[in-house]
Amino acid sequence: MADNTKSKRSSSLGELIFFNVTRLFAILTFLILISIIVSLVNGAMPSIHKFGLSFLWRSEWNPPMDEFGALVHIYGTLVTSLIALIIAVPVSFGIALFLTELSPVWLRRPLGVAIELLAGIPSIVYGMWGLLVFAPIFGNYIQPFLTNTVGHIPFIGRLFQGVSIGIGLLSAGVILSIMIIPFIASVMRDVFEVTPGILKESAYAVGATTWEVVWNVVLPYTKVGVIGGIMLGLGRALGETMAVTFVIGNSDQLDTSSLYAAGNSIASALANEFTEAVSPIHSAALIELGLILFLITFVVLVFSKLLLMRLNKQQGQRT
Amino acid sequence: MNGDLSMNETMKNDIPAATLTTQITLRNFNFYYGKYHALKNINLDIYRTQVTAFIGPSGCGKSTLLRTMNRMYDLYPDQRAEGELRLDGMDILDKSVDINHLRARVGMVFQKPTPFPMSIYENIAFGVNLQERLSRSEMDERVEWALKKAALWGEVKDVLNKSGMSLSGGQQQRLCIARGIAVKPEVLLLDEPTSALDPISTMRIEELVSELKEEFTIVIVTHNMQQAARMSDYTAYMYLGELIEFGVTDQIFIKPQKKQTEDYITGRFG
Amino acid sequence: MMDIRRQRKLFNFFALFMSMMAVAFGLFWLFWILFSVFELGVSALGVDLFTKMTPPPGSEGGLLNAITGSLIQVGLATLIGTPFGVLAGIYLAEYGGHTWLGRSTLFINDILLSAPSIVIGLFVYSVYVAKVGHFSALAGVFALALLVIPVVIRTTENMLVLVPNSLREAVFALGTPKWKVITKVTLRASVAGIVTGILLAVARIAGETAPLLFTALSNQFWTLDLNKPMATLPVTIFKFAMSPFADWQRIAWAGVFLITLGVLILNILARVFFRQKHKN
Repeated sequence: MADNTKSKRSSSLGELIFFNVTRLFAILTFLILISIIVSLVNGAMPSIHKFGLSFLWRSEWNPPMDEFGALVHIYGTLVTSLIALIIAVPVSFGIALFLTELSPVWLRRPLGVAIELLAGIPSIVYGMWGLLVFAPIFGNYIQPFLTNTVGHIPFIGRLFQGVSIGIGLLSAGVILSIMIIPFIASVMRDVFEVTPGILKESAYAVGATTWEVVWNVVLPYTKVGVIGGIMLGLGRALGETMAVTFVIGNSDQLDTSSLYAAGNSIASALANEFTEAVSPIHSAALIELGLILFLITFVVLVFSKLLLMRLNKQQGQRT
Repeated sequence: MNGDLSMNETMKNDIPAATLTTQITLRNFNFYYGKYHALKNINLDIYRTQVTAFIGPSGCGKSTLLRTMNRMYDLYPDQRAEGELRLDGMDILDKSVDINHLRARVGMVFQKPTPFPMSIYENIAFGVNLQERLSRSEMDERVEWALKKAALWGEVKDVLNKSGMSLSGGQQQRLCIARGIAVKPEVLLLDEPTSALDPISTMRIEELVSELKEEFTIVIVTHNMQQAARMSDYTAYMYLGELIEFGVTDQIFIKPQKKQTEDYITGRFG
Repeated sequence: MMDIRRQRKLFNFFALFMSMMAVAFGLFWLFWILFSVFELGVSALGVDLFTKMTPPPGSEGGLLNAITGSLIQVGLATLIGTPFGVLAGIYLAEYGGHTWLGRSTLFINDILLSAPSIVIGLFVYSVYVAKVGHFSALAGVFALALLVIPVVIRTTENMLVLVPNSLREAVFALGTPKWKVITKVTLRASVAGIVTGILLAVARIAGETAPLLFTALSNQFWTLDLNKPMATLPVTIFKFAMSPFADWQRIAWAGVFLITLGVLILNILARVFFRQKHKN
């Protein structure tokens, strides 16, 4: 496609203009990313100068005293996303398994579409529903139940103790998981579907059960795509603002290991504090938080890209 | 590679038909894809430790027939079979049949090599693990046994931990045969096993099959008539879902009873 | 022998049961959320919603300014983002796909696509709001456009690459210059996919809240001035739902109902459109 541009270009003014206009917009896209990074770094400079690298592990977040550290927010962002993945990955796997292997044919399309539509619901809907409908029920019934059961397990139990108020890190993680299930499930379904039928048949032909076929053959065959899907969900969870802000509790303290505790994520700190930040150093610290969030999602993206590149190479070998 | 019938003639039919026992029996067997009547009233006996070939133009139902013998069609809700299909007297079509066990008794190799995404060793151990609990050393023995049977041991014995997908096409297909026989089935179904292979790999598979028939009943689908003539003891010619003629391979190829069979075999088909 | 088979069967049965439970789990939340939104949203619907402005706490009101603000900002952002994205997508698919610029831009586009929307808001704040000194609808439009652009680039590029080269060659063979081949033939051949991508992008920004928080902010009053803060549905919902006032929460439910309905309709439209065009 690209080769025969040269001769044509010189022959026509229209071509010259069209080519350069499209290229201009491609270059602009390039510039957008660079200016995002430059402006974030620039805006964060006062905070970077003042706190240096220790910003990353300081847990103090004290706007009146102009003391800032990102630990609470990084912790909240990572913990809520991790909870979301722990719930969403097995559930999505189950859904994809059902859609590709078990579901009657007539049910496949409607179910698949329902899952995709769930992915389209704006996150503010999840957030508001989480705060006004889910949190009261979660705090009154589910959290006490967890405290009385899982809470007694030695070690892990510490995560499930404390006051059941329905909002906090755990609630935010659960809401996030509901939000990312459709993303992960539809990617998993798509990659399961590209598994060659003949490969599945040959696993069935040695007498494997449906579960054994999926677990031992389909999953290893598609593992790179599956991980890519999980990374996609993780990226969503890390950067999500609204679904988290409503239910995480927005507390800048970190003094308990309990998941019931209120916390804060990077995105929700930005949403709540940025327009109210008075001192320049507070704004700068918030922008630095944004920069950190951007870098985290960037790393997740690069990781999933590398995996997908490997997948493509493997498929190239297979054909 | 041309069908050298005279050379093989003495090897075939050295067992008189009377002493053969039947392993798979089909009576009034019909098969449907949804509403489409794909196999029509098939009556057929498949003899123990013999090679039976299904030939016929594409779409004649030969693969379909093969895939009923391990109930592969079960995976697809709109396909169904009617009539009688017995393996050693056991009704294969019966709903209560343990389908995983049936497939352990009736192994299958497909048109294209289908190594599982795991090591060579695990490819073979996978099926065995489903049926038996073997110690590590027993499993090692079994893997070696199966690979030797499939004439692959010499080539892979030092790379058992490499991915099955790293082998060449012909090696992959022999790996699939090894995987099929590792569970010690009674019947081995081969669905055009050489259609994706080069001539040399094809020859090796053919040699392999003639050794394997000592122990296993083999049913093979092929669109290559010379291959059927070289490999099989019995041949079934099918056309448009019907079994036109079935008999001793030499007879079918030298003196077919039906005009249709003769036309197909002599290339005057159509 | 028998034991292993039994065990495997049972485990298979258990696993398949769990898979069905996973589906039930997923659908349970979907129905619960949709049910709540429907129940609480419909009960709060009324003519006031579409004729009155957002009220101060404790009094009656509607969402007229927020709905209008959303329509204006989403509309303008789409108008800016679409040509930008289509043109850049054309470059990536037809000209520069294999050049250094093309490949880097594709990768950068993926970064933009996965960038948290709140970071985009932060960016527009720093480069625009902070410079002009006030929040404005225009800033909100920029932020939303920045979310539209990568989606449109992605789909345009994807859809153009799908057009078979034989079609291009046939038109080239008539002596047509490349830019005409692209605008008259390849672009038309892939228009269904591109429009679908645009509809999905619109659906996405219609529900976005985070990038508007530091850009368009919100406004309790009616305004059409793009240089002033302007209300939008999502930001109003955020403000009202977080408040302790029952009236505000009621209006927020109505807003959530409208937005969910709108986004679902857009999603379904996109699907139907894509499938119909592809049948032809």
